[in-house]
Amino acid sequence: MMSFSQQFPIVLNALNVGFLQTLKLFIVTLLGALPLGLIISFGSMSKFKPLSKLVKTIVWIIRGSPLMIQLIIVFYMPGIVFGNPIWGGGETGRFAAAAVAFIINYACYFSEIYRGGIEGVPYGQQEAGEVLGLTKSQIFFKIKLLQVIKRIVPPMSNEIITLVKDTSLARIIALQEVIWAGESFLKGSHGIAGQIWPLFFTAVYYLLFNGLLTILFGKLEKKLDYYRG
Amino acid sequence: MAILEIKNLHKRFGNNEVLKGIDLTLEKGNVLVIIGSSGGGKTTLLRCINFLEKPDKGTISVNGKTVFDSDDPSTTVYKNIRKNRLHFGLVFQQFNLFPHYSVLNNIMLAPKLALKAEMKEYKKQNGASAAKAEKARRLKAIEENAKNLLEQVGLSEKAAAYPFELSGGQQQRVAIARALALEPDILCFDEPTSALDPELVGEVLRVLKELAKSGKTMIVVTHEMRFAKEVADRVIFVNEGTIAEDGTPEQVFDNPQKERTKQFLQSIL
Repeated sequence: MMSFSQQFPIVLNALNVGFLQTLKLFIVTLLGALPLGLIISFGSMSKFKPLSKLVKTIVWIIRGSPLMIQLIIVFYMPGIVFGNPIWGGGETGRFAAAAVAFIINYACYFSEIYRGGIEGVPYGQQEAGEVLGLTKSQIFFKIKLLQVIKRIVPPMSNEIITLVKDTSLARIIALQEVIWAGESFLKGSHGIAGQIWPLFFTAVYYLLFNGLLTILFGKLEKKLDYYRG
Repeated sequence: MAILEIKNLHKRFGNNEVLKGIDLTLEKGNVLVIIGSSGGGKTTLLRCINFLEKPDKGTISVNGKTVFDSDDPSTTVYKNIRKNRLHFGLVFQQFNLFPHYSVLNNIMLAPKLALKAEMKEYKKQNGASAAKAEKARRLKAIEENAKNLLEQVGLSEKAAAYPFELSGGQQQRVAIARALALEPDILCFDEPTSALDPELVGEVLRVLKELAKSGKTMIVVTHEMRFAKEVADRVIFVNEGTIAEDGTPEQVFDNPQKERTKQFLQSIL
């Protein structure tokens, strides 16, 4: 049997590969969900009632049900229910399915944060822009946007840190992310079997990465601290 | 010719008719003070003039040119409203400064954005290098004008400050400078001192008085009766959506014709 110091580099290597997949899912989710969330928030704030009702219902369903179940539905439903396994069985397909589920789920959460941020800017700001003859897009980009960003950074950072940890849910459709990699040493992998510590050790990855994010968000908040209101 | 002419202006919110046919003309250089109890329609009238509310009926003309006509849909398109509303400036009760811009940038924002649009045209006609020089020249003029306005309201030393660093009275003076930067024909004030601590009211009223003296056409909704007596060329009392009393400060304050006006004046003096 290998000693711990022999196991460690092997495990670390495997976990690094897994964490890369975790990171990829995290980044792809952000890239998709940040803009999609803004579109959804515009939908839920629409003055056209049928649209805002529809969007609000979708947001309720997505936020109201477990992400894990959404992952399972997105991945298995096309194949099992419709007889059309669009994702295939490989790692690429699993990643695509996970990305779709995560983007939709997080876009709904983000949309509510955006909505809160946009509605939180006093209406007087809009009117002040109007009487100064600004166009609607100037009012949004020059007056409201930075005030919205300042308002949403704290709740956004909260949500994004949760996303880092939520990526582990992709384990349920056997995406080979860091938890999957850690778990593999229980059953046996790379000549190591029956070891639980690699699974425990995966937490260190999340901790370090979230530590880094916390510092970055702190810096951003500080940068926006030059004004109040 | 009157600088402002309002005819038969109506506005209703749901079942509540707030303006019931306002007719009003204003001469250039005059200061008009609007008084009245809350809910009487005076703020709604001011907001209609500034296109923040869309009147249900009536016309508004500036210098003989119709800027709003309830029967002419083209005057209710945002693009046209945007041009026409620049005849007016509005100073809000709550100042509504942009918190993320410095005092100077609050004043320069709108002129700068307007310049940007103008320069696009200029570039097409005169070429890129000429446009660049012209833009630099005009930007400098905008900044100089903003600094002059700040001096006019007595806040030169606050150019780089942010609104949260200012007192309410200072914020309101910046808001006045911001409105003046676009050189409106008529400057409107919606209860400009109502959100201020009593000791800060004076500094804002002083700026208003100087503006009045300099010949600016102004419409001021206010509860400051001393100010109205001192500065107004004309006072109207708006009550239940109509102009109940209209005249010089002496006529309205000392010799009101309507019972309702007498009651109102008694209640506030």
